[in-house]
Amino acid sequence: MHGSLRHLPAFLYAGLIYGFIFLPVAVLVLFSFQGSRVPVPPFDGPSLAWYRAVFADDRMMAALGNSVLVALVSSTLSVVLGFFAAYGLARHRIVLGGLVQGFLTAPLTVSYLIIAMGLLITFNTLGVPKSLITIGIGHVVINLPLCFAILYSQMGAHQAQVERAARDLGAREWQVLLLITVPMLWPALFASFFLAVTFSWDEFIIAFMVSRFEVTLPVEIWSMLRSGLNPETNAVGSFVFLISVALFVVLDMVLRRRRR
Amino acid sequence: MGGSARGWGLLLPALLWTCAFFAMPLVIMALYSLWQRAGVKLVTEISLGNYEKFFAKSYFFQSLINSLEVTAIVTVVSVLLAYPLAYILAEKVPARWQRLALLLAILPFWTSYVVRSYSWLLVLSEGGILSNFLLDLGVTAEPVSFANNRGATVVGFVHFFVMLLTLTVFANLVQLPKSYRKAAADLGAGPIRSFIYVILPLTLPGIMVGAFLTFVLCIGDYITPQILGGNRELLLPQTIMLQISRRADFPTASALAMILMVVVSLVYLACARWLKIERL
Repeated sequence: MHGSLRHLPAFLYAGLIYGFIFLPVAVLVLFSFQGSRVPVPPFDGPSLAWYRAVFADDRMMAALGNSVLVALVSSTLSVVLGFFAAYGLARHRIVLGGLVQGFLTAPLTVSYLIIAMGLLITFNTLGVPKSLITIGIGHVVINLPLCFAILYSQMGAHQAQVERAARDLGAREWQVLLLITVPMLWPALFASFFLAVTFSWDEFIIAFMVSRFEVTLPVEIWSMLRSGLNPETNAVGSFVFLISVALFVVLDMVLRRRRR
Repeated sequence: MGGSARGWGLLLPALLWTCAFFAMPLVIMALYSLWQRAGVKLVTEISLGNYEKFFAKSYFFQSLINSLEVTAIVTVVSVLLAYPLAYILAEKVPARWQRLALLLAILPFWTSYVVRSYSWLLVLSEGGILSNFLLDLGVTAEPVSFANNRGATVVGFVHFFVMLLTLTVFANLVQLPKSYRKAAADLGAGPIRSFIYVILPLTLPGIMVGAFLTFVLCIGDYITPQILGGNRELLLPQTIMLQISRRADFPTASALAMILMVVVSLVYLACARWLKIERL
């Protein structure tokens, strides 16, 4: 007992910080069940009216669909491009390899705002119409370096030996890639894909600047904010939170099962 | 090992993509920043006019100062709040609960980040949770708004970066061998001295990595100040967005973005050198 009492201030402090961290999301979720039209105290729910409003909102549902589409397509492209690049750099003698690596990971050091502006100006100059495709292009720009870095770091000497063994046994290059390298790197491929999906799903500023009529969920939520505090925004936010947590739990379970 | 031609072939798609949609846009933006907008037309004559305007118009320059001030406050406050938490998690929490404790700390950030700033509005605005709480306590007689000012922006930022810094410092702390502290104790240092002279210097890399990330992400963010900070005091990203959305002035916006990029690069150079010295 003496020991735990000594730790009391520490746990009190931790509790306070955790309270601070959880406060806004708790308020968000609680008032998504608000009965009246303003998400401030007193709480007069619980009511599912605002969730019903969200699912009846065509624009919101379209934005949700767009977000899923952009996230899946752009993440797939990021993983594929990143995988080929990592494999090329790790398994072949490349002149100035360090420079290539630096160039491919450079977008990680630049603010999304600046990447977004560059793309906006470029698309305007070249007369490329803004659409879901331009959003997807932007999301590959931010996720490709991430996928490349993760996959490159996982391509060790051990895998190279297994690949060589396969080649010695007569496997062709594509067979090595598909039947040896991909299965061995599966956890890293999976993790980078999920990370890319998360980043794309949550990304606002690029999607905001290079989109026009078809928008993603964060942009649609942004335009909702103009109406001020609104329980429907709480409901969308809580819904997004639920999806993200579910995705995370799935990722965690898959990676942990793999490790065993 | 195959030939290097095949290696380049594998690298080519990623390189082309990065050239076309990352490097080229930055070059075009740099070029735009040297052009001028006259009325609705674009004057493609090279000049430093936009940059001169930045230093001449106090409105632009002030937004950079505001950004630097807010970012500095956020970084310092976040480090001060996060370090004790990381320390408690690493030293006082049993190893088997650490994973759960960290996951819990990350959990609230799985909302969309637009929604995250909005959630703080629910807490801070007039009639919100905080205002209501103070009213119930009798501290204030009327509902008070804590939103639409610099403090609200700082709170919104600190919320996220406390979590981030806790992670980087924690990762650093758990790597330190327990024997260091024992050695310090054997040599006669009390717990406070061993913390100040042994543990703290050894966790500086974790602090610096976290602080640098905080700086970069904070100074380039548009959402948090726009939602929480209101319009009385603008940060640099807000000024940049105003040039685009209100005035369609891409040359000025480009120049401001270039300045933002230079500031981040300078801080990166300063940090990188500092970190290297630390490692020696």
